[in-house]
Amino acid sequence: MKTYQLPEVKIERDKDRCIDCQVCVRQCAFEAHIVDEDGEVYSEDEKCVACQRCVSLCPTNALTIKDNKPFVKDNANWTAETQKYIWKQAETGGVLLTGMGNPKPYPIYWDHMLLNASQVTNPSIDPLREPMELRTYLGSKPDKIDIKMVDGEPVLNTKLAPQLMVKTPILFSAMSFGAVSYSVCEGLARASKELGTFWNTGEGGLPQNLYEYGPNTIVQVASGRFGVHSEYLDAAAAIEIKIGQGAKPGIGGHLPGEKVGAEVSRTRMIPVGSDAISPAPHHDIYSIEDLSQLIFSLKEATEYTKPISVKISAVHNVAAIASGIARAGADIIAIDGFRGGTGAAPTMIRDNVGIPIELAIAAVDTRLRDEAIRNRVSVIAAGGFRNSADVIKAIALGADAVYLGTAALVAMGCHVCQMCYTGKCNWGIATQDPYLEKRLNPDVAAERLFNLVRGWSHEIAEMLGGMGLNAIESLRGNRLHLRSIGLSTEEMDILGLQAAGSPMA
Amino acid sequence: MKRVYTKEEACIGCRLCEVHCLTEHSRSKNIIKAHKKEFPRALSRVLVEELRPVSFAVQCRHCDEPVCVEACITGAITKDESGKVVHDEEKCVGCWTCVLVCPHGAPRRDLERKKVAKCDLCPDRETPACVEMCPNRALVYEER
Repeated sequence: MKTYQLPEVKIERDKDRCIDCQVCVRQCAFEAHIVDEDGEVYSEDEKCVACQRCVSLCPTNALTIKDNKPFVKDNANWTAETQKYIWKQAETGGVLLTGMGNPKPYPIYWDHMLLNASQVTNPSIDPLREPMELRTYLGSKPDKIDIKMVDGEPVLNTKLAPQLMVKTPILFSAMSFGAVSYSVCEGLARASKELGTFWNTGEGGLPQNLYEYGPNTIVQVASGRFGVHSEYLDAAAAIEIKIGQGAKPGIGGHLPGEKVGAEVSRTRMIPVGSDAISPAPHHDIYSIEDLSQLIFSLKEATEYTKPISVKISAVHNVAAIASGIARAGADIIAIDGFRGGTGAAPTMIRDNVGIPIELAIAAVDTRLRDEAIRNRVSVIAAGGFRNSADVIKAIALGADAVYLGTAALVAMGCHVCQMCYTGKCNWGIATQDPYLEKRLNPDVAAERLFNLVRGWSHEIAEMLGGMGLNAIESLRGNRLHLRSIGLSTEEMDILGLQAAGSPMA
Repeated sequence: MKRVYTKEEACIGCRLCEVHCLTEHSRSKNIIKAHKKEFPRALSRVLVEELRPVSFAVQCRHCDEPVCVEACITGAITKDESGKVVHDEEKCVGCWTCVLVCPHGAPRRDLERKKVAKCDLCPDRETPACVEMCPNRALVYEER
């Protein structure tokens, strides 16, 4: 049947520049470029997902992908997008699926926060000349420490809980092998080792070849319990219990059987070709007490040598939930805001459930401080960090470190076309097709990730120095270094920020 | 000597190496002119062999004991002091004997000009064009 769907983009091919080399034809898994029997190349707009792979590889810059949103009569309610969704569902009767994070124009609070800098009365620090500490430790800190003097030297007498040492407050978010290709996992693992930080397996298990990166790996135990066994837990630096994901709070996951090839099957410990279904809840966790049991089961299993993290999505009651998680015995709480990405989620959930990470960080940090348990847990914030300024603002708001997911994917080539769920990623990222997967050379991936985090870390050091601080830990939760601009008093109250222009109090 | 090596696991079969090889061996060295305006068209000296998902680029291996040199009936192919296997177009008569004997299938027949075309490691460049322009670092130019 002829579809009512209208093409959203237009592929413009400059025939004067096109040399019919067919690179675009070979690169498009969606078959938007076609070669006819005369060797002439042409394009079919309706198949294009605007991933920009052909544009990036075209050797003569002959291709341009242009916005071609169908013109529907001006209507704020029945926009082209709302109509498109209805056409699609009227044809299929299915749930609208999508990938990546929430793209809706909700307020981005990062862009309403301004950082401080030193002038005259307190000196700024030049990080190129003076030491600048971006290192931080993630894990539970004691309420107080006891020091004894041995031979005139102070010695720590308190037994510390296990800590993760990160050389920069940037970690890589959970992205499961299966949802992303092996090359992505290898790139993340190698970059983490090089950077002195951590990557996170997500719920897909740890591929056998990546066990050597265990000391830089956080492994996840999620509701599907895929790939969880004792060597997996032992290999890791930390274990994360995944309760929720920012892109789809309250629902589980579904890796289609087509993506479960031999290697994914071995790693996840499920049959080849079977759907990997992660239930919405953990079927053994229905309360904070149940969560506590799993936390301590994992601590017992690893003999109290590794910090245990609990990852939740930022939802309305996030502060109280975080307090419960801290009291349940977690060492780290990871909070994923509603702009956090996904390989596949129902569009309506991605776009309408959860709250911004900025508000969640502030609410959680405030609550944990008020209850005097902030030291018991480290907070990792996740969900749409775009640049180093977002990261440093998150730390000033109260996070210990951040997780990068989408930014890491973009560094590896992702152009956020949101087609991850199709498994046809032309960039070799969200695919298990061996032909497509080769497009991401792990050497290149690792190098680009390393460069990105190195660049951000330099910028963070510069901004910290500008504020007159020489350690990232001096900034954590120091909201006086932030001012708000263009926010309501209610929002400022939740964020704990003063308005730009108000003096240091 | 430095040779071009292919990393089969990183080759994505885009064939940009062929496009840039052709351009480098064209008269204008302008990618659009080389493909659309120059007749006879230059020929790429690298060929991507492909059976998806496996693919890799093949070009002259500059063998230590090149059979093409022995087989060439006019002495057009020689091995120079650097180890490079060089082909003198002036002397080439287009008998295709080298094409027949090469175990790698590297020499290509330029049917328009009745000459053989083979990899010369891009004498005008520091790094051969195929290596430099590969979008996935599937080709390396190194000593092994």
